[in-house]
Amino acid sequence: MGYSLDFGWLAGAAGAIARGAATTVLLIAVTTLAGTFLSILGAAGKRNGPKPLRLAIAAYVEVMRNTPFLVQLFFIFFGLPSLGVRLDPILAAMLAMTLNMAAYTIEIVGAGLDAVPRGQTEAALALGLRPRQVFIKIVLPQALKVIYPALTSQIVIMMLESAVVSQIAVRELTYEADMLQARTFRAFETYLVVTMVYLGLSMGLRRLLVSGGRRALGAGVS
Amino acid sequence: MIEFTFWDILRNLLLAARWTVLLSLAAFVGGALVGLAVLFFRIAKNKWIKRVASGYIALFQGTPLLMQLFLMFFGLPMLGLRIEPWTAAMLGLTFFASAYLAEIWRSGVDALPRGQWDAGASLGLHYLQELRLIILPQAFSITRAPTVGFLVQLIKSTALTSIIGFEELVRTSNAINNATFEPFTVYGMVALIFFVMCFPLTQYARRLERAAAH
Repeated sequence: MGYSLDFGWLAGAAGAIARGAATTVLLIAVTTLAGTFLSILGAAGKRNGPKPLRLAIAAYVEVMRNTPFLVQLFFIFFGLPSLGVRLDPILAAMLAMTLNMAAYTIEIVGAGLDAVPRGQTEAALALGLRPRQVFIKIVLPQALKVIYPALTSQIVIMMLESAVVSQIAVRELTYEADMLQARTFRAFETYLVVTMVYLGLSMGLRRLLVSGGRRALGAGVS
Repeated sequence: MIEFTFWDILRNLLLAARWTVLLSLAAFVGGALVGLAVLFFRIAKNKWIKRVASGYIALFQGTPLLMQLFLMFFGLPMLGLRIEPWTAAMLGLTFFASAYLAEIWRSGVDALPRGQWDAGASLGLHYLQELRLIILPQAFSITRAPTVGFLVQLIKSTALTSIIGFEELVRTSNAINNATFEPFTVYGMVALIFFVMCFPLTQYARRLERAAAH
């Protein structure tokens, strides 16, 4: 067979890999913030909103959870321009990732809201807090603490799924790998190195989220 | 240029959906078989065997499926194997599924009370008999909902095999889109076909979950 692995190209490629990894981190950072915010609104709307809104949110969750992310991405990037909405690849990627993640985290946040005992709301109302204050200051922090581990997993899964946005030419880690292997003709070695970078990113992201969550939400967050 | 009517598009997409279904089933069955082997290692008494299985699972759960598919597609030819897109797709998804299924079933094994093992041992069963007759049937039964849930995830994951050139639903839809320039209709229909495949399974998983809670 006589094939031997060659990593000689790596020194010249470190910059491209680092740039790609930085874009992947940017994508997941934006998605995490926007997706969590959207899912708090969605979960609250699904519980307290008027009936049409509740049905719309439920339908949205089902549609997103039962179709592949890649198809959602193509629909947003290639399909929306025919409605007059033309997006940059990176904006389309952020939008698709946020909408996809929100469908999963709406359910997660909702489960957290349900887990906060009813008495907490009643006690806060009795103290004279307005309903909005009760939600933001009393119920939400407790709910986030309960669901934090599940949220962490979902964020890591989304980071791994973001590899497919290379298909609409977002210059993230996988896209850089595609470019590198086309130039070096060392496809296996390139993808091996990039896979290890992803592994490091996912382990690092998980650790960061766990330690950050412990600081922000207090002990008991694993 | 050939004109595509709505029905032409739908017919071609449905024909391509056969391959999506077939690949999902094959990867699920293959993943279950390999996953069972990984599960045996994962719950073994030897610390090192356990660690190897944990590492295997962590590796597949900590890297993108797309990278796993690329490594199959470009890596296996180096071992002297002739590889086509469908073999890379099939093997990639099988290993991917095996890691997830092993972890799901492992959670089922862990959930069983210690007394089940002790009772098996006191009846004079040896390790493999205990697993086969007592532990695994219960572990599979309590993890039926997440197993069906993972099948949904697997069906959706087959979309990625279009990127390494396997002619399934998404790859066919790309070709049709290039010929018709109707991305809204084409990708909308692809989403609908996936939805029709996945939604009943999602509902079934939900029903199993509810039944397990009672």
